[in-house]
Amino acid sequence: MKPATLSEAEMDAISDWSESSQQLVRELLGKYPDKRSAVMPLLYVSMIENGYVTAEGMKSVAVLTGLTGAQVQSVASFYSMYKREELGKYLVSVCTSISCFLLGADDVLAAIEDETGVPDGETGHDGTFTVEHVECNGACGGAPVVLVNYEMVEGVTAEKARELVKWLRDGGPDVVGTEEMQQLFGGAKSFDWAVREPEGAVLPVPAFAPYGSARGVK
Amino acid sequence: MKILTERMEAHRTDSHTIERYEATGGYSALRKGFEIGPEAVTAEVKASNIRGRGGANFPAGVKWGFLAPARPAYLVINADESEPGTFKDRQLLERDPHQLVEGVVLSSYALGVNHAFIYIRGEYPKPARRVQHAVDEAYAKGYLGKDILGSGFDLDVTVHLGGGAYICGEESALLNSLEGRRGEPRIKPPFPAVEGLYSKPTIVNNVETISNVPWIVSNGGIAYASIGPDTSAGTRLISLSGHINKPGNYEIVMGMTWRDLIYDIGGGIPGGRELKAWIPGGSSAPWFVPAEHLDTPATIDDVNDLGSMMGSGAVIVMDETTDVVAAAHRIVRFYSHESCGQCTPCREGTTWLERIFNRLLNGQGRMADIDLLIDVSDGISPGLTWPPAMTTICPLGPSATAPVVSIMKYFRDEVEARVVSGIPVALEAADG
Ligand SMILES: Cc1cc2nc3c(=O)[nH]c(=O)nc-3n(C[C@H](O)[C@H](O)[C@H](O)COP(=O)(O)O)c2cc1C
Ligand code: SF4
Ligand code: FES
Repeated sequence: MKPATLSEAEMDAISDWSESSQQLVRELLGKYPDKRSAVMPLLYVSMIENGYVTAEGMKSVAVLTGLTGAQVQSVASFYSMYKREELGKYLVSVCTSISCFLLGADDVLAAIEDETGVPDGETGHDGTFTVEHVECNGACGGAPVVLVNYEMVEGVTAEKARELVKWLRDGGPDVVGTEEMQQLFGGAKSFDWAVREPEGAVLPVPAFAPYGSARGVK
Repeated sequence: MKILTERMEAHRTDSHTIERYEATGGYSALRKGFEIGPEAVTAEVKASNIRGRGGANFPAGVKWGFLAPARPAYLVINADESEPGTFKDRQLLERDPHQLVEGVVLSSYALGVNHAFIYIRGEYPKPARRVQHAVDEAYAKGYLGKDILGSGFDLDVTVHLGGGAYICGEESALLNSLEGRRGEPRIKPPFPAVEGLYSKPTIVNNVETISNVPWIVSNGGIAYASIGPDTSAGTRLISLSGHINKPGNYEIVMGMTWRDLIYDIGGGIPGGRELKAWIPGGSSAPWFVPAEHLDTPATIDDVNDLGSMMGSGAVIVMDETTDVVAAAHRIVRFYSHESCGQCTPCREGTTWLERIFNRLLNGQGRMADIDLLIDVSDGISPGLTWPPAMTTICPLGPSATAPVVSIMKYFRDEVEARVVSGIPVALEAADG
């Protein structure tokens, strides 16, 4: 699948994006038979550029996909991961669906709210944390489950959750990795992970290489 | 008998690499497929009797048979895995991604598809990284791309990440999402096999379903069909979670009893506590209770006959300490949050149910709320049968009624006690 060639208008729409994001845009548009399909990955790229989904970002995505701004907005507002407000450096998501609930997820959420001083659904004043409860994360065998910038930790207790928050606040790691967090703060796992995971997230955007936010962790 | 997890168990640390995959027979099914031809591959899948592992348990070979002749056609792998209790696809994606990729190539070849998509839920970056890496390796080795292994067959695979929405697991919502739209289910017919992605014929299959295809082609559909009971052929991955000593994914041959599954495989209930109830097939399924169901067999049809479903293979176990009102609320809240809002009974009904539960949990419940829970549920799913009568575009709305009906059927006294005292029965018992 060859990267797409961008028209002048399309290049104009993302002229202030980084070169690596511009290259991602070409590659993403080349992956689909219809460029409209790239709207979701492109929204992630716009979040990498702007920190969250901004009006400007949606306009750029509209130009790239041949949609109207209203159409892009209607897509963005449908999904929970396209955040419409500035986020903290760490997006801490606590699963409170049934299996995690049965094993104490509400206590984990309460501990995280208390330790960060940030209530569920909000971002702290200093911009370090956004805290949210989320629905099932597909790790119910390792309940309760917490994600930091979508990197997963399984088998978290309320105490370990507090330690995780302190570690993030005091250490301020630029890259958070699922492997490191699991070793430090995790417990039971849904299944044997078996392999060291070398990659982690640098932003509250899923760290998936085609969107450019994955980085190596030490 | 292990099919899906054999490699990852035998080769713990490198089952996800192409080197290990090739060294353990990987991509030899593909060579065989190219030798026997697309019709023969389809025939093997039909003969296997494998039923889809995404939730609806529909026979894969039959679905493939519905694919309309127009081209291009597409294959879309459903890796949206979001049904509470379910975490099996994540293991397959992370630990044996090439098994899926080989299944995708074989299935695409059989179906006459030249572009396949793997739609992975947005909260799964690690599985997505592993799958993308496997896809890149497969391109580099000539298992994807142009003229695969000199067969003349071309296939591109796009790995797509979702944006966080349970409803995108429903296949027509998934296709809308993949087209860059809101993930709202489509009115059927037309079914995706006739008008799917970009209005072209499309097959949507679950990760686990397609991960079985290499084994089926290598060993023959008849060999697969001979594993387990006739109408629940093959092995399947069961995700065990909740109050259970050994949570995890277990590849089992269907047909064992729930007692075997919960007590032998799952190691029983922590602290030797009593089993109170379990959900046999993901949070959408009506609950089972020990007095009635513990010695019944865990097969697709037995569970259907008893008014529930094996769904996505997720078993959620609740012990005697469980506050069933709070548990049912938690499941109802999920559906209320995830309703896409297109159908009034689902949008309004799930919100209403959630509100009534909130009252009950806050100690502000009224006796009339108990009938109201039933009335509202009946408004979403008239008759409250299972499988549900459908007044909505998709089964999400009716799914929200399963926990309500279940607690009314088996634990009505606890719900009533909740209204009277405002205190969960499980807590009262603990306080003596
Ligand atoms: C609300 C809802 C959610 C669903 N979620 C999933 C899912 O996460 N994964 C999945 O494979 N199938 C899911 N399904 C089932 C799909 O619609 C579809 O039947 C399935 O992907 C087909 O694959 P299979 O035949 O191989 O099982 C869901 C269905 C509904 C109604
Ligand atoms: S039943 Fe609910 S989720 Fe399904 S289409 Fe209707 S409103 Fe959307
Ligand atoms: S219920 Fe929390 S990960 Fe599934």
